[in-house]
Amino acid sequence: MKRLILALGLTLAGAASAETVNGLKTADEFAGVQNDEERSVAVFQEMMKVIESPRCLNCHPRGDTPLQGDDMHPHMPPVQRGVADFGAPGMYCTTCHGSENVAYSTGDGSIPGHVPWQLAPVEMAWVGKSAPEICAQLKDPARNGGRDLAEIHEHMAEDGLVGWGWTPGEGRTPAPGTQAILGELVQAWIDTGAMCPES
Amino acid sequence: MTIQSRRQFLATGAGLVIGLALPIKGRAQSGAAAVLSKDGSAAGTFAPNAFVRVAPDNTVTVMIKHIEFGQGPFTGLATLVAEEMDASWAQMRAESAPANDELYKNLFFGLQATGGSTAMANSYIQMRQAGAAARAMMVAAAAEAWDVPATEISVADGVVTHAQSGQSASFGDLAEAAARQTVPVEPALKNPSEFKLIGTDRPKLDTAAKSDGTAIFTMDVHREGMQTVVVKHPDVVGAAVASFDASAALEVKGVVAVRQIPQGVAVYATSTGAALKGRSLLTVSWDTSMAETRSSDQIYEDFSQAATREGGVVVEETGDSGAAIDAAEIVHEAEFRFPYLAHAPMEPLDAVLELKDGKAEMWMGAQFPGVDKGAVARVLGLDGADVALNVMLAGGSFGRRAQTTAQIGSEIAEIAKAAGSDGAWKLVWTREDDLTGGYYRPLTVHRMRAGLDADGNIVGWENTVANQSIMLDTFFDDGKSEGTDPTSYEGSTKMPYDLPALRVNWVRMESPLSVLWWRSVGHTHTAYATEVFLDELLEKAGKDPVQGRLDLLKSEAGRDRAVLEKVAEIAGWDGERVKGDRAYGLALHESFSTYVAQIVEVSDAGGYPRVHKVWVAVDCGVAVNPNVIRAQVEGAVGYGLGTALFNELTLLEGGVVAQKNFDTYRMLRIHEMPEIEVAIINSVADPTGIGEPGTPPIAPAVANAWRALTGQAVRRLPFKSAGA
Amino acid sequence: MTNFTINGRDVTVDVEADTPLLWVVRDELRLTGSKFGCGVAQCGACTMMVDGMPRRTCITPVGSVDGASIETIEGLEGREAEAVAAAWQGLDVPQCGWCQSGQIISATALLREVPKPTDDDIDAAMAGNVCRCATYVRIRQAIHDAADSMEG
Repeated sequence: MKRLILALGLTLAGAASAETVNGLKTADEFAGVQNDEERSVAVFQEMMKVIESPRCLNCHPRGDTPLQGDDMHPHMPPVQRGVADFGAPGMYCTTCHGSENVAYSTGDGSIPGHVPWQLAPVEMAWVGKSAPEICAQLKDPARNGGRDLAEIHEHMAEDGLVGWGWTPGEGRTPAPGTQAILGELVQAWIDTGAMCPES
Repeated sequence: MTIQSRRQFLATGAGLVIGLALPIKGRAQSGAAAVLSKDGSAAGTFAPNAFVRVAPDNTVTVMIKHIEFGQGPFTGLATLVAEEMDASWAQMRAESAPANDELYKNLFFGLQATGGSTAMANSYIQMRQAGAAARAMMVAAAAEAWDVPATEISVADGVVTHAQSGQSASFGDLAEAAARQTVPVEPALKNPSEFKLIGTDRPKLDTAAKSDGTAIFTMDVHREGMQTVVVKHPDVVGAAVASFDASAALEVKGVVAVRQIPQGVAVYATSTGAALKGRSLLTVSWDTSMAETRSSDQIYEDFSQAATREGGVVVEETGDSGAAIDAAEIVHEAEFRFPYLAHAPMEPLDAVLELKDGKAEMWMGAQFPGVDKGAVARVLGLDGADVALNVMLAGGSFGRRAQTTAQIGSEIAEIAKAAGSDGAWKLVWTREDDLTGGYYRPLTVHRMRAGLDADGNIVGWENTVANQSIMLDTFFDDGKSEGTDPTSYEGSTKMPYDLPALRVNWVRMESPLSVLWWRSVGHTHTAYATEVFLDELLEKAGKDPVQGRLDLLKSEAGRDRAVLEKVAEIAGWDGERVKGDRAYGLALHESFSTYVAQIVEVSDAGGYPRVHKVWVAVDCGVAVNPNVIRAQVEGAVGYGLGTALFNELTLLEGGVVAQKNFDTYRMLRIHEMPEIEVAIINSVADPTGIGEPGTPPIAPAVANAWRALTGQAVRRLPFKSAGA
Repeated sequence: MTNFTINGRDVTVDVEADTPLLWVVRDELRLTGSKFGCGVAQCGACTMMVDGMPRRTCITPVGSVDGASIETIEGLEGREAEAVAAAWQGLDVPQCGWCQSGQIISATALLREVPKPTDDDIDAAMAGNVCRCATYVRIRQAIHDAADSMEG
C-alpha cells in the first residue's frame, strides 16, 4: 500500500505541465504575467512556498539548533550545530542520520537520512525571515555560500539534500511540488531578473 | 563437604523463623547471579542461612532478597552482613535471591517484595543477624580447630585471629569447618558505635558489571531454541482484539507464528528484528467497549466535579475547618491537576520463560516475583513448585515492575500457552508498548481551601483528593481498609504542621484505565499540592518560607525541623526569594519515614524554569552507605524534575494515548540536570527508605521558586502544559 | 550476507539488510552489552562505534555497515576508554545500568576528539544519551575525572 502511494506520488510529481502540483504552481503558470519584474516577484513568492516548508526551514535555523517535524519544534535530542554545521564531537548528525530514510521498527515514523546530512551555515538562516529578507540573502554571496545565481539554481534544482525534501520519509510532509518544478521556478526567477518582493 | 538442603533455623529480629533451605545450585547461579559471582561451585562452601555463603576462595556472597534496579540493595544489604561478620569489603559479593516468598519475604509485607523504599528498613536487623550468625560460626570453628576459648578470638577484615597463640585464618579457610557448627539462635549484634562499614562510603558491588557490558538483564538472557515475541498491544489502554490480519507478518523471514492472546496479537520469531518487522505489518482492529475512551480533559473535568469538600470519605479531620475558614480574614482556594504518568524504565518490560516437561523456569525483573510466578503457574496449569523464577537485574522500574496483577508474568505465560508446546520465549516490550501500556501514576485532582486570620495565621485547611485507587481490590487490600486507600492521598494527611482545623477528603474515582505506584506513589502529587499551597499562604501572610514553616511545625516534628534548618544552612538561605535573575524555592516533605527538605535555584529559560542548583537535607536514619544515599537523592531529584517539567500522558478523544516514545514523552537530559548538594543528617535511628523520598519535594520547590520569579502559580503539571 | 568486523573480529551475518544493527549484535552475535531503550534514536542506549564514530544502532540497518569496523562496550579499547572505565568505577556512576554502555561509548567518543572537554562540550556530546535514573551529575564528573587522569 505504501509503495502504491509512493508510485502515485511519483506519477503526479512527473506531471510538470500540470498547473499546480502538490500545492506548487509550475513556472508556466506565470507566463501570463507580462511585466518581467512582476513575474519575477510572483515566481519568487511561489518559490517561497518551498523555502518555507518545514523540510527546508528545519535545517536553515537561526541559532545553533535545528528544528524538527512539521510543527518545527526544536530538534530532540538537542543537538548542536558544531564548528562544521555537522554536530559536535560525541554527537554528530551521523550519529543518528544515515544515508537514507529508515523506518522505525517499533512504531510509526522514520528517521530521515541522506549523505551529506547537515545544517545550512548560520548565515543562511531562513527561520523567522520575510520573503524580501530571504530573497536578498539568497542573492548575497556573503550569505549564500559564495554562489552566483547559476549555482543557486543548481543547489535548488539538483542538490541531493535539497531533493530529500520531496522524499522525506514517513511522518513528514514533503515540500510542495517537485524539485524539478522548483528548478524551473528558480530558472524563471533568474531569467526575469531575480527580483525580490517588497513585502 | 556438600551443602545440605535443610539446616537448622535462624530466628530474625522480627521474630520470623526462616527455613534454611538453600537455593538450588544452578538456579541461584543463573542470570544475574552468574555474572556477579565468579565462583558458582558449592563444594566446601559455608552457608549458615539463606542469605550468606562463604566459599573456599574466601568470597562471601550475600543472597539479596530485593531486586536490584539501581537503588542499591546489592551493596546495602551486603554491607549489613559484612559489618556483623567483620568481613573485608573486598571479599563481598551479591547475588539476586530467586523467587521464594517464604525464605525471602519482605518482613513488612509478608511476601517477597521490593517497594515502598523498604529494602533497607525491613532487612536491617535480619541481614545483620545473618552476618552475626555467620561470624559466630566462624569463631566457633576456629576455637574448635585451635582448641582455644571462643572468647579469645577476634575477627577483623575477614581474618579470624587468636592473638595469644598467634594463629589466624581467613573465612575461606574456615568455611568447611564453620558449616559443621550450630547456627546461633540469637546472635548478638553490634552497638552502632562499633560500626566500621555502616556509615561510611563504599564502592558499589554492581558498578563493574554495569560499566563493561557484562551485567546480565532479562533482555540479555538467551536459551537454546528461544523465540522472541513482541505483542501488538492497543493504543487505547484496555482495548481488546476484535480481528486481525497476519498474512503480511507471516511473510517476514524469521517470523514463526502469529497468535492471538488476551493481551493482543503476539508475533513469534527467531530474532527481535524479525518479530518487530512482523508486528509492523499486522493489521488489527480493536474493541474499545471495555476501555477508557474519555479524553484526559474530560477525565480532569469529571474528577474536578467530584472533588468537592463533601465528596468521598473524610480521611483526616481536626476541629471545624469549615467554620474556621468561613470566618477567616482571607480565604485562599486552589485546584491542582496532575496527569497520568508512565514510569518509563530504561529497560522496557520483558520476561523469558522456558517450558520443558511440565516445569517452567522464568527470568524476569520482578518486584513481586512470587506474584508473577503464581500467574505463570495458573495460566499454564502447573503446580507452583514447578515454576522457578530467577529475579534479574532490571534496567530501572520506579514501581512499574511491582505488579499486583502480574501483567508481564501473565503475558509471557499466555504466549507459552498459545504456542501449545514446550519451548523458550523471550517477551520484549518496546517503548511504545511501555508508554501506552497502562499502569500509570494516577491522574489526580486536589481541591484546596484555607483561611488566614488577620495576623496571617492559618486557621483552617481543607484538601479534597480525587483519583483512582492503586491498592483497593488487589491482594494488598486486606479488607480492613474501610474503603480508603492511603496510597491515594498519603502525604496530604499527617502533615508535620500544626493546623488548628483541618479536613482531608478522598474521593475514589473509577476508570478502566489501570494505575500503579510510581516512585513515591501518593507523595508524587500530595507533596506538590500541600507544599505549593502552603507556600502561597505564607506569601499571602507575608511570612518567610523557611521561618514560616519552622513556626508551623508541631513540637514532635523534630526530624522535619532538623532537615529544614539544615537545608536553609547549606543553601545560605537569607529570606531573599529573588536575587537578580535567579529565584529560590523550598519544599519539605516526609515520605516512607524519611525526611527531606530541598531548596532550588531557578531562572527563566524562555518561559519555563531552568533549575541550576538543588540543596537537599535528608534524614533516613542510619546512613548505611552515604555514597548510595547521595546517588539516590541525585537520581530522585532528576527523576522528579524531568517529570514536573515535561511529562504527561494525554488521552486524546477516544482514549488513544498521545505520547508513544521519548520524542514526545521527553526525559530530562544531562544539560537540564542541576548541580546537587546533599547533606545527610547524622542519626542512629534505624534506617528508612531512600529510593523514593528525594522525589516528592523537587516539583513543589521549583514551583515555589518559579512563582517568586514570575508571579505565575503553576497549578497543573507538567510546567510545560501549565504554560510555564 | 553482510560482512563487518566487530571488536576486531570478522563476522558475516545472514540477515535481512534492513534489520537494525542493534538486534544483529544482540541476537545473532550475542553481545548484549548494548541495550534497547526506544528504537527511535532518542535515548542512546544502543550506541556503538561504527568506524570510530558513535552511532545509534537501533535505527542503523545492518546492510549499511557492510565492510565497517564496529566497537561495542565489550570491546572498547584505548587510553580514553580506560580512563572512562576507571572514572565510572571511581564515582559509582551506574544505578540501574541499562543506559551506561551507551553513555560510556559517547563519553569515549567525546574524549577521543576533545581531551579536555568543557561542560558545554559534555552537554553537546551527551544530551543524546538518556539516563532515567538521572545519574547525570556523576556522568559529568566522571568525564571530567577521565580527562584529568589522561593529563597526568
